[in-house]
Amino acid sequence: MEFFTTSLLNGISYGLLLFMLSSGLTLIFSMMGVLNFAHASFYMLGAYFAYTTTLFVGFWPSLLVAPLLTGAVGALFERWCLRRVHRFGHVAELLITFGLSFVILELVQLTWGRSAVDYRVPAALDGPLFTLYGTQFPIYRAFMMGIALLMLVSVWLLLSRTRIGLVIQGALTHPEMVEALGHNVPRVFMGVFGGGAALAGLAGVIGGNAYVTEPTMAGAVGPIIFVVVVVGGMGSLAGAFVASLLIGLVQTFAVALDQSALGALQSAGVAVTPETFGYPLLKLKISQVAPILPYLLLVLMLIFRPKGLMGTREG
Amino acid sequence: MSAVLKTAAAAPAGARQRVHFRPWNVGRWVVWGGFALLLGVAPLVFTSGLAMTMLSQMGYMIIICLSYNLLLGQGGMLSFGHAVYVGLGAFSAIHAMNLIGAGRLALPMSMVPLAGGLAGAGVAALLGWVTTKKSANTFAMITLGVGELVAAMALMFPEFFGGEGGISANRTAGKPVWGISFGPQVQVYYLIALYCFVCTAALYALTRTPLGRMLNAVRDNPERVEFVGYNTQVVRYLAFIIAGFFAGIGGGLTALNFEIVTADSVGGFRSGSYLLFTFLGGAFFFFGPIIGAVLLVLAFVLFSEITKAWQIYLGLVFMFMVMFAPGGFSSLIMMNLRVAAFGKLRRLASSYLALGGTGAVALAGAAAIVEMIYHVQLNSALGPTLRFMGATLDVQRLDSWFGAVFVMAVGIAMFEVARREFKRQWDETQQEIEKEIKRREIL
Repeated sequence: MEFFTTSLLNGISYGLLLFMLSSGLTLIFSMMGVLNFAHASFYMLGAYFAYTTTLFVGFWPSLLVAPLLTGAVGALFERWCLRRVHRFGHVAELLITFGLSFVILELVQLTWGRSAVDYRVPAALDGPLFTLYGTQFPIYRAFMMGIALLMLVSVWLLLSRTRIGLVIQGALTHPEMVEALGHNVPRVFMGVFGGGAALAGLAGVIGGNAYVTEPTMAGAVGPIIFVVVVVGGMGSLAGAFVASLLIGLVQTFAVALDQSALGALQSAGVAVTPETFGYPLLKLKISQVAPILPYLLLVLMLIFRPKGLMGTREG
Repeated sequence: MSAVLKTAAAAPAGARQRVHFRPWNVGRWVVWGGFALLLGVAPLVFTSGLAMTMLSQMGYMIIICLSYNLLLGQGGMLSFGHAVYVGLGAFSAIHAMNLIGAGRLALPMSMVPLAGGLAGAGVAALLGWVTTKKSANTFAMITLGVGELVAAMALMFPEFFGGEGGISANRTAGKPVWGISFGPQVQVYYLIALYCFVCTAALYALTRTPLGRMLNAVRDNPERVEFVGYNTQVVRYLAFIIAGFFAGIGGGLTALNFEIVTADSVGGFRSGSYLLFTFLGGAFFFFGPIIGAVLLVLAFVLFSEITKAWQIYLGLVFMFMVMFAPGGFSSLIMMNLRVAAFGKLRRLASSYLALGGTGAVALAGAAAIVEMIYHVQLNSALGPTLRFMGATLDVQRLDSWFGAVFVMAVGIAMFEVARREFKRQWDETQQEIEKEIKRREIL
């Protein structure tokens, strides 16, 4: 029971972090049709910016400053690079973000070095929140969940209940009409891209100290959020939410399990020796298989339900 | 030059007899003959050991990049997992080599790359069935996921992938055929060159087949292809398998060349570099990836020796290329060839000189800054000074930094002036060429 509760809570907090990332990716994709390969790089940038700004202004202000800086980088990139390649089509857009992820990785290594930086949870949030079945649940995990939910609700309110959201939605479907009404549509897109990057930056600020802030963090989480977006259904926020929690839980539970098919067979009374067919496969522990589970889920999803969990379109 | 007159003798009764006039395509013979000659003569010109290994690497990189371009350029499929097929081809080849060494497989060593190719095609047939269900952006994400899947599995199954150390083999094992033991590097090179030529020719021939044409159609207008009655998914799937086959051949040649394959040969970094250099070479023309492959080997072997910061230069060059010349180097060459064909290249020459000169100044300044930052990050134990293009820079003194920034700023400003002038001239030339083409059409 203890194991179950801890894993459940950890899985949910990791899943919510994944959703913070995949929501920004989904937003940018559904609004601009751009698949942002560098989204995880913005996550990394957010963590590193937070590390540096925390040294100067402390954690709480950097909770605001670091995402803004990341958003500014994203907006500048949209203005000077992405907009230029827009006319070459979606492949060129994907390629330029691929190039950006490459450059950001190198710049981060150039500025902050190749090893992990010491970006810590602030003292006020350090420590257990409550104890359940003898296991402590850290305050910071609860804080992460709170921030994630707060962010999602505010983004949803912004898009569906305000005038700004109305203009953004209009610019998506009827750009000429919105332009005729006097709105600067390219600037709206710049804002959307910058906003998506800022969301990723915020995820970096609160994820960077919960996990590790190092140059490989973008490469580790990048493919996973793509899996989340495909499994959830391209462009579907609700699907991304379900898929993030699913993958967060699956990975957290799997890492903690030491059982293998070999053990199961042996306890069932089947004699398995190294000569048995498929022995290398049977002896793998579930915790060893954990890294590939999201990708297996992706493949299975594509075979049995190609449009994703909540996707609407095939194609 | 002899011309071939062909009569459509087998025309069905009632149909009008048609006469085809087909002159020999001289240019094609010259180009392919030149390519074969280049492959044959290169090791006689560049005889050093380093040059020999580089030439060998270029040989199979050409196959790999061309096979990648079958997806990217011909089929419009942006794959982030091409290293899977190259790498698994390489692993199969190395296992085949070990079987030959153990005397359990009667196969001449020169056929080993084909084993790699079959493995690549097999894996592509398996995984491609899933990945090619989608196209465009979703395809890219799925190939990334599948690539990560295989890369993670490579560490889970040390029996096949050899774990951290990789798997090694001996290419001189087995019976020599016609006295070729593959001991000396030059024998391996000529085998690679032969494979390179045959594969290049095969891939070119593929672009001329109905399948190759349909693949282009699927890239350009999938909806219309569906209406015509083709299944786009099947076309993509077939192309994917063929690309996997040639990628596997390339992988098999790497195994033969290095005699060792490690798990990182299926990893994401390799996939990324195949993509990057194929694009740099140019995806729009068939010969683009050949340029890309040569650049890849030059960058990985030579450029990485010159500077530690080569990856950042590479990333920036790539981004600039996507923004300003999405056709890569090959399209730049072809555009200038067109200008030259109309005899107007001479007019642009001075502009090119100005562009090159000012660009070099800007680059020198930028490179000095990057090198100094790298020096601060990595080599500060070696003292504060570094040599850069004959000058001594001191990272602790402000004047070095100021000088570098100044050089870069001046370079950029002058480059912008030169660029505007060049753009004006270039547009003028292009307009004249368009006019000339129209005029010739009328005549």
